[in-house]
Amino acid sequence: MIAEPEIVLEARNITKRFPGVVANEHVSLTLRRGEVLALLGENGAGKTTLMNILYGLYHQDEGEVLIRGEPVRIGGPSDAIRRGVGMVHQHFMLVPVFTVAENIILGAETGRGPFLDLNVARQRIRELSQRYRLDVDPDAYVKDLSVGQQQRVEIIKALYRNADILILDEPTAVLTPQETEELFAIIRSLTAQGASVIFISHKLKEVLAIADRIMVLRRGRVVGETTPREATERSLAEMMVGRSVMLEVEKGEAHPAAPVLVLDQVTVLDDRGQQVVNGVSLEVHAGEILGIAGVQGNGQTELVEAITGLRPVRSGRVLINGRDVTNASPRRISETGCAHVPEDRQEDGLVLTYSVADNLVLNTYYAPPFAHGIVRDDRAILEHANLLIEKYDVRTPSPLTLVSALSGGNKQKVIIARELSRKGRLLIAAQPTRGIDVGSIEFIHQQIVAERDRGAAVLLVSAELDEIMALSDRIAVMYHGRIAATLPAASATREELGLLMAGAQPLNAAGESPMDGRAPVNVQQRGI
Amino acid sequence: MQITERMARPSAARIPWVTIGVWSGLAILVLVAYARAPLATTAVLTSTIRQSTPIILGALAGIMCERSGVINIGIEGMMLIAAFLGFLFNVWTGDLLLATLGALLVGAAVGAFHALMSITLKVDQIIAGTVINILAVGLTGYFYQQGLTTRGKWSSVSIPLLADIPVVGPVFFSNPPITFASLILIVVVHVLLFRTAWGLRTRAVGEHPAAADTVGIAVNRVRYINVIIGGMLAGLAGAFLTLESVGSFERNMTNGRGFVSLAVMIFGKWTPFGAWGGSLLFGFANALQSQIQFLKNQLPPWLAWIGDLPPQFIGMLPYVLTIAVLAGFVGRARPPAAIGKVYQKE
Ligand SMILES: Nc1ncnc2c1ncn2[C@@H]1O[C@H](COP(=O)(O)OP(=O)(O)OP(=O)(O)O)[C@@H](O)[C@H]1O
Ligand SMILES: [Mg+2]
Repeated sequence: MIAEPEIVLEARNITKRFPGVVANEHVSLTLRRGEVLALLGENGAGKTTLMNILYGLYHQDEGEVLIRGEPVRIGGPSDAIRRGVGMVHQHFMLVPVFTVAENIILGAETGRGPFLDLNVARQRIRELSQRYRLDVDPDAYVKDLSVGQQQRVEIIKALYRNADILILDEPTAVLTPQETEELFAIIRSLTAQGASVIFISHKLKEVLAIADRIMVLRRGRVVGETTPREATERSLAEMMVGRSVMLEVEKGEAHPAAPVLVLDQVTVLDDRGQQVVNGVSLEVHAGEILGIAGVQGNGQTELVEAITGLRPVRSGRVLINGRDVTNASPRRISETGCAHVPEDRQEDGLVLTYSVADNLVLNTYYAPPFAHGIVRDDRAILEHANLLIEKYDVRTPSPLTLVSALSGGNKQKVIIARELSRKGRLLIAAQPTRGIDVGSIEFIHQQIVAERDRGAAVLLVSAELDEIMALSDRIAVMYHGRIAATLPAASATREELGLLMAGAQPLNAAGESPMDGRAPVNVQQRGI
Repeated sequence: MQITERMARPSAARIPWVTIGVWSGLAILVLVAYARAPLATTAVLTSTIRQSTPIILGALAGIMCERSGVINIGIEGMMLIAAFLGFLFNVWTGDLLLATLGALLVGAAVGAFHALMSITLKVDQIIAGTVINILAVGLTGYFYQQGLTTRGKWSSVSIPLLADIPVVGPVFFSNPPITFASLILIVVVHVLLFRTAWGLRTRAVGEHPAAADTVGIAVNRVRYINVIIGGMLAGLAGAFLTLESVGSFERNMTNGRGFVSLAVMIFGKWTPFGAWGGSLLFGFANALQSQIQFLKNQLPPWLAWIGDLPPQFIGMLPYVLTIAVLAGFVGRARPPAAIGKVYQKE
């Protein structure tokens, strides 16, 4: 028998309670030198909480933490950092108006006396970049970087502090497939050089690809441990959710009717004034799901913001139900029956300091049944909240809990619940399942299909090609601000879409007519 | 006004033509004025610096607080309390240095009170500042006794040689100590904020406290210290009023200067030199205004109408000018992102 590498990090019997929930209950975990331990679990299972305890942001109520065999009290992040623990958080912890170098040295500044000397830092950042192939410009402003690049900054930030125990909390949720590949290469080179990694993700494929061991949490408890060799996507999903999960979307034939959303030569500028949507025209019909595929940053985000009134339309027209809503207010657009699941849940989807119940009526609070005249009806709002929490399985101690206290995936579920329950004529969903666990993805996908079958028009924007292929009736590929091609989903292949997303010319002019997207009855594999 | 707050980047990247243009225009104007009326010009410029002293000190106080994420609209009150107690210290001890140090300590104490309310007790920060303003007017008004006299106020010090340069000498190198100090403090605060580790942490805490927390920075401690430093700067502004400018205390003698400081801070986009530009503008308008009232009867015929305007109207000039410039010429100013928000981790 080969001697196993030493244990670098151990948690024993950790318990952590929040008002109304036990986030971790007697959780134990070990991490060995040079390994990747994947942590799986439903939304709200307690993954982030456990990591925050290891990193010193929260304190456990019970249990102990050992680092390299030595029991330690982690009073705060500085204790964790001193002991070589680094963490990349689910929501990035970077100051947007600082440069990369400033963000990296923050809290670990170098210089002469009190004065900063960024040159030493730049030098080390370059070294780290080269050693681990983490490409970033130390003098770029973080706000100008893509999420993938920001992620690299976060990793360098941890390495700069000599971390050899690296916690990555859902690092791939916002990455493109290419960026995920790059991240995996980085993780492999890190572990080859002796670092240990805890990796959290809801994407089972990724977990199977990168992990050495897999640990599953459910409702705050450890429910099992396995290895990629023994497990399959299906078995992992079952372990997480506690029942068998359908990894496919079942949907019948689409029955497209009249167009609901019509875009006519729409152009939109991004925050820096660059034109990122260049004359997009498309129609989404009642009773169909139009998926927009594309590598992130090809104008999808801005297009959705423009349709929903969050960003000015520079030229062209937007029609909903035949009414011109170009540059109308978000309220007016919402009142045409347009439901919107925004891409950035923290920023555009929720008021973090409001309760779950209030967030569930964020766009309907002023009208009956939630208000009578100028008086709000708290009872109706609460009833509504209880109903949706139940139906959408939002894990929250109570409807009056502040949304900010919910886990990442449960925040997303609040938005989904609010928007899907509106029964509008148009649903615009941007990255609807980002950060959501497999069990809930199944449910949300069913709901989106149900919306379609009810006769709503659905515009789906997703960075997950699998999700696009599984749900859409027609697929529009967006490249450099234009619709490169529109294809019927039934005949589209991954390869073809991948090529189009990379900027290849469509092979034939097929798919330009909006009506040929009628999918036959199909059951498609949905990627997780 | 274009002030770059970037550090360690090649500054040649963008040449601030607007700033250069404005300042060369002003320099030419001063030269022309000096050629025609040397005495009045020097007087106006000297007075500009003096008048702008409490404003820039107040603005620096605001910058220190707000860069760390704490709104401080209590600067007016901090100034007033420090002015009052500084004056009393002077009455009791007769020692200007002790009295000035006393005013600084008072400022620090009021700053600590503001920090306690806004950080520890999580009182809304606008309310906390308002509390300080109201308390200041009430307390100083209540305890003020007429007829107290002191042995004097700070007088001008001339720096040898430098003070003999025409115009520049009397304006910059012959001033009383607090005015000198304010000029130095502009540079000090700038260096502190943009060139030191402390400044980096301060700005991080004001922009994204959770990010600062995750790298081991004690967010609330950084805020406390900055708000107390801000209080001391406001205290120095108060000391300027009673120990250097007027020499005695009058009810409500800050007269809105604390609020002008806040306006100037925003005008300067939360940077010391930008705020200084705004303060000079206000100081200049004030100096001009008193010069006009003073020289009413000697105005050239084509300006004689100004002498006929009611003095209250001319007195309004600095405030109107400040508002007009603030409203008209400043682009969108972006405050620190986490300003006014309590930081709580669990
Ligand atoms: N600061 C907090 N205050 C109160 N409750 C909290 C807080 N943070 C987390 N919780 C609760 O603890 C539980 C676990 O949350 P946690 O964020 O650890 O879940 P998670 O496994 O990371 O889920 P996700 O996959 O959605 O990110 C949830 O029920 C959540 O509501
Ligand atoms: Mg989480």
